[in-house]
This record gives sequence, structure tokens and C-alpha cells, in this order.
Amino acid sequence: MEGRIHSFESFGTVDGPGIRFVVFMQGCPIRCAYCHNPDTRSFMGGTSYTPQQVAANALKYKNYWGTRGGVTVTGGEPLAQAEFVTELFTILKQKGVHCCADTSGVTFNAQSAVSVKQHEELASKTDLFLLDIKHINNQKCISLTGAGNANTLNFAKFLSESGKNMWIRYVLVPSINDDEDTLLQTAEFIKILKTVQKVEVLPYHTMGIVKYKNLGIPYPLEGTPVPTKESIDLAKSILGA
Amino acid sequence: MSTQNNYPQWEGFNSGKWNAQGEVNVRDFIQRNYTPYEGDSSFLQPATEDTLKLWSDITELSKKEREAGGVLDADTSIVSTLTSHEAGYIDKPLEKIVGLQTDKPFKRALQPFGGIRMAEEALNMYGYEIDPSVKEIFTKYRKTHNDGVYDAYTPEMRLARRAHILTGLPDTYGRGRIVGDYRRVALYGTDYLAACKEQDKLHLNGSMTPDKIRDREEISEQIKALKGLAAMAAKYGCDITRPAANAQEAIQWLYFGYLGAVKEQNGAAMSIGRTSTFLDIYIQRDLDRGILDELHAQELVDQFIMKLRIIKFMRIKEYNQLFSGDPTWVTESIGGMGSDGRTLVTKNSFRVLHTLENLGPAPEPNLTVLWSKRLPANFKNYCAEISIKTSAIQYENDDLMRPDMGDDYCIACCVSCMRVGKDMQFFGARANLAKCLLYALNGGADELLLDKKTGKPLQVSPEFMPVTGDGPLDFDDVLHKYENMMDWLAGLYVNTLNVIHYMHDKYSYESLEMALHDTQVRRFFATGVAGLSCAADSLSAIKYAKVYPVRNQYGIITDYKIEGDYPKYGNNDDRADDLAVWLVKTFMTKVKSHQTYRGSVPTMSVLTITSNVVYGKNTGNTPDGRRAGQPLAPGANPMHGRDTNGALASLESVAKLPYDYSRDGISNTFSVTPSSLGKSDEV
Repeated sequence: MEGRIHSFESFGTVDGPGIRFVVFMQGCPIRCAYCHNPDTRSFMGGTSYTPQQVAANALKYKNYWGTRGGVTVTGGEPLAQAEFVTELFTILKQKGVHCCADTSGVTFNAQSAVSVKQHEELASKTDLFLLDIKHINNQKCISLTGAGNANTLNFAKFLSESGKNMWIRYVLVPSINDDEDTLLQTAEFIKILKTVQKVEVLPYHTMGIVKYKNLGIPYPLEGTPVPTKESIDLAKSILGA
Repeated sequence: MSTQNNYPQWEGFNSGKWNAQGEVNVRDFIQRNYTPYEGDSSFLQPATEDTLKLWSDITELSKKEREAGGVLDADTSIVSTLTSHEAGYIDKPLEKIVGLQTDKPFKRALQPFGGIRMAEEALNMYGYEIDPSVKEIFTKYRKTHNDGVYDAYTPEMRLARRAHILTGLPDTYGRGRIVGDYRRVALYGTDYLAACKEQDKLHLNGSMTPDKIRDREEISEQIKALKGLAAMAAKYGCDITRPAANAQEAIQWLYFGYLGAVKEQNGAAMSIGRTSTFLDIYIQRDLDRGILDELHAQELVDQFIMKLRIIKFMRIKEYNQLFSGDPTWVTESIGGMGSDGRTLVTKNSFRVLHTLENLGPAPEPNLTVLWSKRLPANFKNYCAEISIKTSAIQYENDDLMRPDMGDDYCIACCVSCMRVGKDMQFFGARANLAKCLLYALNGGADELLLDKKTGKPLQVSPEFMPVTGDGPLDFDDVLHKYENMMDWLAGLYVNTLNVIHYMHDKYSYESLEMALHDTQVRRFFATGVAGLSCAADSLSAIKYAKVYPVRNQYGIITDYKIEGDYPKYGNNDDRADDLAVWLVKTFMTKVKSHQTYRGSVPTMSVLTITSNVVYGKNTGNTPDGRRAGQPLAPGANPMHGRDTNGALASLESVAKLPYDYSRDGISNTFSVTPSSLGKSDEV
């Protein structure tokens, strides 16, 4: 089995606890307007690796992980290559590595037994999910990402029911999802989840713009400012971050 | 049994080897008397009002200096010696630690012993004229280091220098990098140190070989320097012929030792050594005696560091461009672990770092923490906190250096390690390995320069067999030619340095710094390489991709066409990293095969902090795809932007370089934005 991988980061400090080896998987089914890794979207790009190769690469850095760190898969959408990630985590779990998946949950189809089973298998090998909630309003979620939020919210409930730990991540974008109503509804949803260990508010930033320029595609959030400190503080307090 | 010395100033200190008659042993004094500290930073005190007032005067002077174009004032007629100037002050009543390089703060000294032309040029650049009589003396009657070197250089040495395959050589300026054990001045006073040197001289008897004559002459110079230093201190009303009696005197005496060194030498790096824990012993004794409190202990340290911050030299503008600023490399080595397992961190290690909070961040002195896994957690936390706040701490690996160098070594400049007072070094700048590869391809003809007479490419090395044909470069063929070219370069390099250091000893001898070393000193011959990652990537490209040479009208390869990709150094990929390791081992082995001046021990560094920019300007297109004139990477860094697997992969590549073949140090410049280190300040 092989997976399509965009790149590796040997010193990840912002995607899960401690110091982590981060695997950026290639390919994503949705198109978030604020995406700062547009180069990871296409399923055509990247380089092929076996799970064994990726695990060997990651394990070179085991000494740096201490008791909290480990490996995070992100992307792209790592769960779009769920079988590969499951295999990778199986190998890593045998070595006692803390495994974390950063996902939008968009691949989880609660109506499909195949999909549920696939996600169950993956979850059984995963210590922590970083789950991105893009927008609590389905229509607005569609206009922000091209996809509705049902799969994401179902996946959150699924993780909660399965007793899997998660951190909720919320990319805060001015005038898109930073209004009080949206934040309150999101907080209501988070409240029903039983296994949320942490909520992270990630202020929208413009560092991805240069990648759009390099790829020659228009930047959807042209002119959108970064959030103010006040709005970040408000989001944090409402969401419990 | 040896008799113990007993000065009244030593009351309360534990005896040992350090105070046996005829001994000078600062390490033994430290080991028997210091108090390891494993607590936190909560004891630290703010700057006193006097300190803040002085610091605002200095800030004002710095501003004026910038407005004046970089130099505020300069001596044009007084040649700097230990006693050339009367006492100088910033604001005398406020100064707890006194002493300036000249009679005024920010007034730069005239130091022509390294070379009169350089001294004159530097003055001219900033709008000053050298006194004609000084110029006459140093051209007609007194030879300089620079003149000596050029009298002895071979045509080949001049050529290699002009082509910049050897670069940054200390042949027109002071070599620096020698660190006197300034603590000796505080512990023993100059009279005792001079008496010990007299004893050493007595033992240099019998057949008067040139070596022995030179040794005897040098010791005499050292003794004169100690007397000169005492005379310098006397101008400030201090009697340093005897040991320091308290913390203020210990810091003052030690600083006088350093001040004497910078009055005597305008060296490329003038580091101060490893003083914090030594000084802690004096501060702790005064605290215990109840004659000093923490606030005023910090005041002494703040004011000491403040003096080190305003050390300045008169240098040409190119020099400042080479080093991107006006660095003095007043490196102070802090912390580390002792050979007996106790930490060498004391409260004073904290106080010295705390100056970055009290006075604000500054590049000098270059505060360098000797990092060990076993350092006390509280100290590690404090270092991290100050690094986050100020970005002004340098770190070095104590666990790597201690096994060979013991627990009383210091760092000269930025990575060069020596046992304090026991080792010195002959600074050797760099050989450009990337350019050497280009010479291998072109048989030693320069890829950029033309011979002025013939108008053809300048032949720098003897004519070696160049690479022929237009097919892709053959790795084995290139490697073979590269080794041959490195043989030539290593030999020429060592011999060029032999000339330089012979002349530096002869015409610009560091008599005070060497007076503060053991007479039987170990000498290092500190060579260095530049362009390591560029050379490694070039070899990798030739090995793993297809690299076609592009020739100019003279048949010289001046460019390359690369087909395919290749592994790059800096990604923790052995295919590329092994080539960098091979380069370090191979060049060092070649350096070692040559005879070095004064029986010195050959070492090598992979070190440039900023000068890689200038070295890159003088290096043509390289087979890795780097364009002519673009910077080489600093030190052992991967080429800019080619380390694409994150920081740890990059650092792991660097960590593969063998320290045993690069004992003068390996540097890696690592910049990081705070937000990429995590989301909170939590240490």
C-alpha cells in the first residue's frame, strides 16, 4: 500500500501536544476559502510512500518527542487516505508512539456502513483527533468550503460516542464565522460532546497568499483582514478555548 | 610539601592546589570554593538608579555615534598601549566598575601594530587623518604584522588570497581569538603572576635555540605587560598588584585584565572567557559577610556587562560589511557541568543573563550558555524565558566539549573552544570548499577572474587536469580531481597561516593575554572551511542527478545544466549528509598532514556567521544550481530554502558532522519565529 504525501515537518509544535513529526498528506475533497495549504489540495500531486517508509522517517525523531509528542497526520485531508493512515498508525502504535489525526471529518458518511467501519478502524489506532469545525451553519459551511457540515458534526458525535479524545479547532475568519451567534451555536454543539479535551481558536492569517500566487489561482479571501485581538478574545471566551 | 601562600584577601576561601607556592590554578580555586545553585530566578533584583542613569548616557552616545556615521570619536596620534591614556569615565560618581579603552567613552583607539595601512584607511573612511609622525614611525622605524606577512608571502599565496579561495585571513588585522585568563588578575594580583613568570623564565636555560630565545623574549614581554597593567589600573586608583579583596574588586580587577587586552590588541574576536561562576565565589563571600546585598551584587554585574557592551575598535567599513555590523565577540561562557557531576551554574550565571532584562537585549557581550542535559531545570527554564524575551543567548553543547576539554574551557568568538589560560589558538579564517570544487573541475583556473597580463582565465593552482568533454559530470572522476585539488589547497592554506602567525608573534605579540596563560601553553592551529553545504549539494547533484558543464569561450566551465533532482544536505538524508561528512573528514585529514607553526595542534571549524555572503560573491555558479555571487550558507547550515523537512531534520543533518574532525567548532544559524515554537509562553 502507498500513500500520496505532500511533505514532512520534523519539528511540528502547533499540531497536537508536544513536539511532533507532521505528515502532510496530499489531496483534499473540500475547498476552504481560507486554506493556507492550497498546494496540498490536488489528489494528483505529492510523492508516494509506503506506511513503513513514513514510519521509519518519523521514528528518526523519537528522541525529541518526550512524553507528550509524537506523530500528526494532516494535509490535505488525511482521512481521504484512511487505510494508509490506519496502517501507518498501526506500525507507530507498536512502537508506543502517540498518534494524532488533524481532520475536517468530511469523509465520514454516517449512512454508509463501509465508511463508518473504515473510520472505526482508524479511530482505534488514533490517540487524538484534531477536528476542524468550519462553520456551524450548513449553508454558510457550503459557501465557505464547498461542502456541508453534516459529516463533520456526525464525526464529532461518533468520536464522542466512541470515547475518542479530540481537540476542536476553529479557524476564526472576520465576517465569516466570528459573529456572536455563530460562535454561540458552535459552543452549544461542542457542549454535547463528551471527549473534547481542548478547544483551539486559530486566527485566520494571510501567510498562504503567496502559495496561491505560485499556483496561479485567485485568492478567495482577498482583502479579508486578520481578526482583531478583541474578536479573538471573544471567540475564545465563547468557545471555551 | 609545598608551602601555601596566604594573602589576607583570601580569608574565608578553602585552600588547595590553587594557593600552593608557585602555582596558578584558577580551576582548583573554583572547584573548592563555588556554590552550585539549583534554585530559580526569584532572587534576582532590578537595575539600580545609578546603573539606569549610566545606561541612558550610553544609549545617548550610541545614538550620537549612529548619527555621526558609525564612529563618534577616534584617536589619530596616540598609539594605544596599556598606559597610553589617562583614566576615562562615563560619569565617575555613578560607576562601580571603571575603565575605558581611551580617555573617553566611544572614542576609538589607534592600534597600528597589526598594520599601519589598515589603521590609516579606517580613520580616513570616517573622516579622520592619521598623525603624520605616527605614520612615519610605523612605516620607517617600526615594522607591522602586515608588512612582515607580505615580505614572506609567496606569489601563490598572494594569488589564492586575491582569488578568495583562501579568505578572511588575519594578515592585515589582529588575529584575536586568544582569551587571557583574566580571572588570574583578580585571584592572584599582578605581582604574584609576574613572579611566577620570572620563575618560568629561569627554567628556560641551556642551549639558546631560536625557539628558546623567542620564549625568553616573550616571557619578558609578558612580565612587562603585567607591570603595565598594574600601572594602567593605578591611573584609576586601584592597586591590582595584590589579589582582589571583595566582589567589587574581583570584578574590577578581572575587567582591568580584559581592558588591558583590548588596549593592546584589535583582534577579530576578543572574548572574555568563563568568569561568572568564578566571580560568584567573591559575591557569595560578600553576601555571607553581610557587606553586600543582592541589589548591589546585581549592580556590579550590570555595570561590568555594560562596560563589555561598549568595547569598540577602529575598523574599515569592509570589515563591518564582512561581519554585518561591528562585532567584537566579547563571548562569556556561562554554566555547564563540572567533571565531578556538580553543575557549574551559580547564582551569578543567573545575574549575568539577567542583565539582558535589566539593560535590555544586546548582541555584546555574546552570552553563551554551555548547555548540558543535566543542567538544573530551573536554570534551563530561565534560559528559555530569557531567550524568548530577548533572543540574545547563544547555546553550545557542553556534553560534547567537556569530555575532551574538561570543565574550565571557554568559547572564543562563537564556537571555538579552549581551556582557559591553558590553550591559545592561531586563528586561520577559511578555505572555500565550494570554490575548491570549481577549481577541481577547471584544473585550478579561476571561474571568475582573468589574468591581467594575458587576458585569459587566471590560473591559481598549478595546472591540474581539468574535467574534459561536455557529457554529464562523472562523480568518481570529479571526486578524484577534487581530492587532488584539496591536497593542494590544504598545503597552501597551512603554509599561508604559518607565515601569518610567525609574523603576528613577531610584530604584534599579545603579551598581556599570553601573560595570563600558562607558559607551557597548548597552541591550536585553527583552520576553517566555508561553503560546506554548497559543496556537498554540488557533489550530490553530480552523483544523483545529471549535471552537464557549460563552458565559456576559454573552455572554462562557468555554468551547469542540471537534469533531474538530487538529495540535499539538511533533510536528514544520508545520501547527501554523508557527502558533507566526507568533506569535513577529508579536508581535516589533509590539513593534518602538514607541519604547523610552533608545534600547534591542527583543528578545523565549520563556521561563518555572516561572512558567507562575501565568500559567495567570489564564487562562480556551482553544480548544485546556486548562481554566481549568491551567498553560501553560513557555517554548517544547509543552503537557504533547501532544508524542506523542518527544523529537526535540518539540525540532524548538521549533527552528523564529526566533531572529532572539526574541533574548533561547528556553527548552525537557526532562526525561528516565536509562534512556530508553540502557542503559549509556557516553558
